Amino acid sequence: MAVPRLWRHIPTRYNLIGTECQTCGGLYFPPRTTCPTCRRDGRIIERKFKGTGEVVTYTTIYSASAAFHRQTPYVLAIVKLDEGPLLTGQIVCDPDEAKIGMKVRPVFRKLGEDGPSGIIYYGTKFAPLTEASQ
Amino acid sequence: MIGITSYGAYIPRYRIKVEEIARVWGDDPEHIKKGLLIYEKSVPDLDEDTATIAVEAARSAIYRRSIDPKEIGAIYVGSESHPYAVKPTATIVAEAIRATPDLTAADFEFACKAGTAAIQTCMGEVAMGAIKYGMAIGADISQSAPGDALEYTAAAGGAAYIIGKKNLITEIEDTFSFTTDTPDFWRREGESYPMHGGRFTGEPAYFKHIISATKGIMKKVGTKPSDYDYVVFHQPNGKFPLRVAKTLGFSEEQIGLGLVVPMMGNTYSGSSLIGLAAILDQAKPGSMILMTSFGSGAGSDAFSMTVTDGIEEVRDKAPTIAELLKNPRYLDYALYAKHKGKIAV
Repeated sequence: MAVPRLWRHIPTRYNLIGTECQTCGGLYFPPRTTCPTCRRDGRIIERKFKGTGEVVTYTTIYSASAAFHRQTPYVLAIVKLDEGPLLTGQIVCDPDEAKIGMKVRPVFRKLGEDGPSGIIYYGTKFAPLTEASQ
Repeated sequence: MIGITSYGAYIPRYRIKVEEIARVWGDDPEHIKKGLLIYEKSVPDLDEDTATIAVEAARSAIYRRSIDPKEIGAIYVGSESHPYAVKPTATIVAEAIRATPDLTAADFEFACKAGTAAIQTCMGEVAMGAIKYGMAIGADISQSAPGDALEYTAAAGGAAYIIGKKNLITEIEDTFSFTTDTPDFWRREGESYPMHGGRFTGEPAYFKHIISATKGIMKKVGTKPSDYDYVVFHQPNGKFPLRVAKTLGFSEEQIGLGLVVPMMGNTYSGSSLIGLAAILDQAKPGSMILMTSFGSGAGSDAFSMTVTDGIEEVRDKAPTIAELLKNPRYLDYALYAKHKGKIAV
């Protein structure tokens, strides 16, 4: 990934910074610059999402792209954030731990790297929400 | 008075037992367990490194005290396994806790005592009034060559401390350091694994520096071993801290609570700081704590502190060391080698 593009993604990836339309209350992640409902009447502001949510559905990846094939098997899920938006993310748990409806919390992990000498990408993955982590 | 405002720790969920490492290298596990007083050690996940561990510990510290991260004026991350040779881990932590951009940040390196050196730097900046809060982190995914004795202990984890003048959970009476040029353990630029002087890492390094720094702080503050409720030393294994405690006149009761190494290994820059966190998880207001770190190369930083009433407000607001050690996932040596990048492909 080009370094400037990675750099632009830092707020969204590290802290789940999305956007909110003050006109209609719509919440967006990843961030949108225009509200698809209000169009030119929309007033978009920055909005940080907590990162807690629920697994809507998931799959276990056994055959991954070159960047991820050493991590297989891993769980990739669609997570519905408590505030509403859906996003795709990795769940750091054993495949047999993953359940639809499972509550999750955000964790800070390495998302990838441009080889051994390139830039490292960090960002948010999800982990099962346990009593100790609340 | 300057002291600790909040703290947070992080330990990866994976472990490997001494028996499994000994099986591969043909060692006697009972001899290792008895000799090192260590039973298992933490191992990072495939996507964890010193930066991710530092961020998790930092977020836990922020969460425990509900501090506005914009009030943190300095972040220093001590480690000997920073993910980049050039590109500070502290910048990643600062961005991840939303403390940017009005702050200073830097990475520290002094083997296993870089985290306590970071605390001293924060104390100085808070004392001069340049910053309201400073964050000092010690975190590592410790390296050890396959088959080296270090492999039984080199673990992963970290702790973050917020230093300030207000909302204190401990008041730090003073700090004292002892530093010499002692080549007991080192890693050259570009090398994957550290080298060490074997038995030379004991008397002239660990014991000399910890004993000198601990005696130094007690002389400076005017205290004696019996004045302290708890004491924590750097924990390269379980045996060294017990021996140094005995030499200095501390009892097993005083050192017991902070001795975390038997079930998680040596987290290098995180070692004494995670031990201190385990004490703060349980210490009552008014308790006196003495902490002395050790970093090869070599040096020790000693701190004398007293727990305040504030501890009761924050103790249960973030995971304790006991909670972080719960529900481990055990790895065999092959998966451990994969997690640690020891298999070259």
